[in-house]
Amino acid sequence: MKIEGKKRIWQDYQKEIADDSYFYVRSCVRQNFFPASEKIFLKILKEELFKDIYENASHTTCSGIGYHSDVVPFETTMTIIARQFALMTEAGYENFVSSCITSFGLYSEVLETWNHFPEVEDRIREHLLKATGRQFNKPKNLAHASDVIYKFRKEIGERGKFRLINCKSGKPLKGVEHIGCHYSKMFPSKGIGGAEYPYVLVGMIEEWGGEVIDYPERRHCCGFGFRQYLVKANRGYSIACSKKKFESMEPYHPDFILTNCPGCPMFLDRWQYAISEMEGKTYGPDGQGIPVLTYEELAGLILGYNPWDLGLQVHQVPVEPLLDKMGIPYNPETKFLGKNGEDLGRPEAPSFLHFYPETK
Amino acid sequence: MGKLYDTLKKDVRFTEGLKACLNCGTCTAICPAAEFYPYQPRIIVDILQTKDEEQIESLLKSDTIWYCGECMSCVTRCPRGNAPGLLITVLRSVSQEMGYFVESEKGRQQLALKRTVGEWILKYGYCLIPSGITPENHPEQGPVWEWEHSHLPEVMDRLGANYKKTGPGVLRKIPEEDLEEVRKIFDETGGTERYRKIEDYSAKKAEELGLQLDDTNDNEYFRMIYTGKSDKPSTKNED
Repeated sequence: MKIEGKKRIWQDYQKEIADDSYFYVRSCVRQNFFPASEKIFLKILKEELFKDIYENASHTTCSGIGYHSDVVPFETTMTIIARQFALMTEAGYENFVSSCITSFGLYSEVLETWNHFPEVEDRIREHLLKATGRQFNKPKNLAHASDVIYKFRKEIGERGKFRLINCKSGKPLKGVEHIGCHYSKMFPSKGIGGAEYPYVLVGMIEEWGGEVIDYPERRHCCGFGFRQYLVKANRGYSIACSKKKFESMEPYHPDFILTNCPGCPMFLDRWQYAISEMEGKTYGPDGQGIPVLTYEELAGLILGYNPWDLGLQVHQVPVEPLLDKMGIPYNPETKFLGKNGEDLGRPEAPSFLHFYPETK
Repeated sequence: MGKLYDTLKKDVRFTEGLKACLNCGTCTAICPAAEFYPYQPRIIVDILQTKDEEQIESLLKSDTIWYCGECMSCVTRCPRGNAPGLLITVLRSVSQEMGYFVESEKGRQQLALKRTVGEWILKYGYCLIPSGITPENHPEQGPVWEWEHSHLPEVMDRLGANYKKTGPGVLRKIPEEDLEEVRKIFDETGGTERYRKIEDYSAKKAEELGLQLDDTNDNEYFRMIYTGKSDKPSTKNED
């Protein structure tokens, strides 16, 4: 059958995602700020979907933040990435899954570079052998962790206990999605839906009952900018980018923001707090912020996991308004307790952003 | 062709990033940095296209090349398949190799990045570590991070991390033999040499400016490049 028009164009924006047997590498940013998300990703893959996913304790950073801060040379980053591939090869895997978007973009860039310049690949192989004695095969399949959740979004939805539906009105909850820039802006064919119509998060929201809001600055960067955030003097760049997005999405009254990049949920969460402190401005109703979620956190909520096991207590913008709308039960008294119920105190309430029920 | 242009051209990213620019300005229109800084990626690409040695040297010594956030939004939009963001990575590499980075306020910040992210990679195997993201240097992280930061082992344990412990998992202690492999990769591929150049050129610049610089991150030069303008001593951002 001849595929015509839009169908044919849309076909160009699909990507193959392996069905099973994944080699998993972690994200530096997410391990610091969203440690539970990576834990939940592995739990969903292993315990809900019964997939084989393996992590080797010897893997390290891909050096991506150092590379994009321009202190680590490309040659060095390529060889560190080659070492990650060697660990995958030695473990007998062929499907590489990255938790990080910066890493995913870099893995894509490195493979593309080697494709265009085979002599560079040869040189990196020599570097790796000389430095570590290791050799590697390139992955047969490269995916970002959000690709994998997207692939199994129906299965997760079917097993789910909650949906993105307002439990009082019965209407779909409204979400804005924010895709990490390095997911598909550099290599559109590597992302589901390409750079113009990324579908990876939209697919999850729609499958789980929600409605996606389109807004003018949907594709604008969150403002990480690497050196633009990491150096204190430059952070105005970072907050300005996030503010531009908040101002643009505010008129559509989103119930939540969904992200697939390590830095984006942190910036979209923290800069809401910083703007509230600087200007007294909040972007949700009644002094609330707009809750920001990782895709694993949202998948975990759909599956009925305890919000505090998902790490929602370490968000600066409280997620409780979304939990209330979805009808998800939670215990505010246990929010900031330790693993065995130990008292760890509580964070101070921000000046303006509604944080504790009693400060409303 | 000039010497600097030849140097830039040796990098495969330069070949990938610069085909033929028609000066349409689409890259500048989409660029987040162009909204915030006096910055236009179109002009960068245009200068490179001229192959003019003097202009390229001036660029390598300027703040301009350090304004980009490397989001790569320009790559998607260029109708000719250029990648201004990728060209920036090459310019920044050469600026550091030649020691030109210390001639601009933004360029001098490379020492702060080397001494934080750069060193953490070699010491811990991570680009970021929680103990390095202090509430004092990161007030924007808010009271939740401050609370988390003051109870790191307990909170990480609650969230299922394997914080500073052996075996797989979140923020595990990466084995020393693996860190040693990363260090050998740095030695073999020019990473160690890059770090040395950043230190050496920064030390010379600190001396030239009459500012104290030692091995710690608590000295006049470091505080200035990290928090404010480098042309006069200050501990606060005066921008």
